[in-house]
Amino acid sequence: MAEIKIKGVEKRFASFTALHSIDLTVKDQEFLVLLGASGCGKTTLLRLIAGLDFATEGEIQIGGKRVNELPPRSREIAMVFQNYAVFPHLTVFDNIGFGLRMKKMPSDQIRQKVTKAAEMMHIEQLLERYSGQLSGGQRQRVAVARALAMEPEVLLMDEPLSNLDALLRMEMRAELKGVLQESKTTTIYVTHDQVEAMSMADRIAVMHGGHIIQAASPISVYRDPASRFVGGFIGNPPMNFLPAKRSNGHWTAAGVAFDGPSVDKETIEFAIRPEDLDPSDTGLSGRVRVVEPLGAHQLVTMDVDGHLFRAVLESDLPIGSGETITLAPKPDRIRWFDPDSENALQ
Amino acid sequence: MQVRALPYLLLAPAAVFLVIFFLYPAVDVAIQAFTSDGEWTWANFDQMVSHWKFNTALRNTLLLALIVVPLQLALSLFMATMVTKMKRGRDLILYIWTIPLGISDLAAGIIWLAILEQNGFLNSALYGLGVIDSPATYLSYQNPFVLLIAVAIAEIWRSTAIVLVILVAGMGLIPKEYYEAAEVFGAGPWKRFVKITLPMMRPSLQTALILRTILAFEVFAVVIALAGVQMPILMGEVYEWEFRLRESGVAAAYALVILGISIAFTIFFLWVLRTPKEARV
Repeated sequence: MAEIKIKGVEKRFASFTALHSIDLTVKDQEFLVLLGASGCGKTTLLRLIAGLDFATEGEIQIGGKRVNELPPRSREIAMVFQNYAVFPHLTVFDNIGFGLRMKKMPSDQIRQKVTKAAEMMHIEQLLERYSGQLSGGQRQRVAVARALAMEPEVLLMDEPLSNLDALLRMEMRAELKGVLQESKTTTIYVTHDQVEAMSMADRIAVMHGGHIIQAASPISVYRDPASRFVGGFIGNPPMNFLPAKRSNGHWTAAGVAFDGPSVDKETIEFAIRPEDLDPSDTGLSGRVRVVEPLGAHQLVTMDVDGHLFRAVLESDLPIGSGETITLAPKPDRIRWFDPDSENALQ
Repeated sequence: MQVRALPYLLLAPAAVFLVIFFLYPAVDVAIQAFTSDGEWTWANFDQMVSHWKFNTALRNTLLLALIVVPLQLALSLFMATMVTKMKRGRDLILYIWTIPLGISDLAAGIIWLAILEQNGFLNSALYGLGVIDSPATYLSYQNPFVLLIAVAIAEIWRSTAIVLVILVAGMGLIPKEYYEAAEVFGAGPWKRFVKITLPMMRPSLQTALILRTILAFEVFAVVIALAGVQMPILMGEVYEWEFRLRESGVAAAYALVILGISIAFTIFFLWVLRTPKEARV
C-alpha cells in the first residue's frame, strides 16, 4: 500500500516534449484513471512511474521513496500491458507465478498465491494451458492475475481492455472494478475510453498535449469541467458551446440573455450538456436537422444561431426534422469558458 | 490453364533440378557404397573401418565440431545481443562481422596459414617484439593439439557469422513488451536472457545449430590448407579414397557415414529444441 507523488516531472524526446511539468499525487488505495486521446502523454507518464522510461526532470516517489533511479523490479509495482505480454513459452501457471519465482519464493507459497490470483480472475481451470490456446479475454485475465499475484504496492494498467470486443469490455470493466476494490491496491489505469474512466475511477486525471488539465472525481470532471477541452472530451454527445456577448450586465447567447460571471471580456463561451435542456416556450431556438431515437431518449441535432447544437430529450416528445423547437437550459447546469485561455469561468 | 496445377508447375523446375543433381547422385553413392564388382556387399565399409585413419578421422571431425559449434553459438549469442541493443551503426557492424562469410573456405584456410606458418605473420610479430628468439613451428604433426586449435580458430573466424545472422534475425522478432513485462516482474538482465530470450529463440537456435553442425561435419578445405594430411578428417578421407586411392566404393561409404552423422544430429536438435505445438506463438 503506497502513495505515489509526481513532482514537476517532464519528459522530452529529442525536440519533442511529451510531458510538461506534471504534478500529481495518487493517494494510498486510490484508483486513478489517466484519461486522454492518443498521443496526450498518458502512457508515457505510466511508463515513467513503472521505470520503463526515465523522466528528463522532476521526481517520482512511491511510498515516500524516490524511485527515479530504480529499475522497475525494485519499485514494488506490477503492470498489465496493453497487449497483455503473456509469455507464450510458459503455461498460465508459470506466467502468473513468474514474478514470484523471480523473488525466489518457495514453490508451495507460489502455488498458493497463483491459485488465489487465478481464482480471483476465474481462470483456475486454465492453469496448464499456454497463451496460444487462450482467447483474448482469457489472456487479459492471465495478465491481470499475474499482476495481482505479486500483491504489489502499486498496480499500473495500460489500456488493459482496449483489445477486447465491446461486450467483453463491459463485462471485464465491472469485474475488474470489483477485484481491484477488494485488493485495495493503489492503481493507475490508463485509458482513452471515457466510459471506462467514468465508471471505474475514484478520480480521473484528464490529459491533453502533455499536461494534466484536470484531476477530480468522475462526477465533478463531468459536471464542472476545468476547461473547454474537458467539456468537449468527456460526455457523449459532448457539451454544447455557444458564443455569448456582453449586454446590459447579462450575457447574450443565441439571442437569449443569461446571468453569467463578471469578467472583463466582451465575448465568452456559454456551455450546456445535451441532457440539461428542457422543451420550453422561451429559451434557445433552432431548426432540427436530425432526430435519432435511442430508446430511452432521442438525440436531436439542431442549428442554434448557426452553431451545431445537440439535445438529449425524452423519447415520447414528437419532434421531426425541419421543425423549429425551443429549449430552456437548466440554470444551475450552465457553464462558462474563457475563449482565449479555454479555462472555466466562475 | 487449371489453377490447381499452377503451384506444381511452378515447383517443377526446382524439383527436376533437385532430382537430377541431388537425389540421383545420392542414390548412386549409396549404391556404390554397398556394391563391389556389381554385387551387394559390406566390403567397402569393412575396408573403411579397418583402415588406421578411420578412427582418427572420425575422432578429429567430432572433436572439431564439438569445439567449434558450441563456441560459435556462445559467441553468436553474445554478438547478437550486442547488435540488438545498438541504437546506431548496427547495420555497419553486422556487415563487418559477416565479411568472412564472403571468403571461400580454402582462402580462409590460406589466410590463417599465412598467419600461423613458420615464416608467417604471427612469428614475425612475436620475433619483432622480442618475445621469441627464433621462429617456431606451430603447424606440425608433432603438435596434433595445436593443429586442432588452429583449425578451430580458422573455422570460428570464418563461419560464426552464419549463426550470428540467423540469431540476430530471431532475436529481432521477440516483441519488446515481453522484456518489459519480465523487467517489471523482477527479472534482471541475465534472467531476461535465460527466461525470455533463449526460450523464445528456440526456432532460430534450432535452424542455426542444424545448419552449422552439418557444415562442421563437412569441414575440408580449411583443414587441408592448415594441416594437409597431418590431421585426417572424414571429408578429407572421402577425397583421399576417391581421387588418390581410386576406391570409389570406400569414398562412398565415408560419404554415407557423414550423411548418417548429419541426420542423427539434425534429429537430435529437432527433438531437443522442439517447441510444443501449444506453446507456439
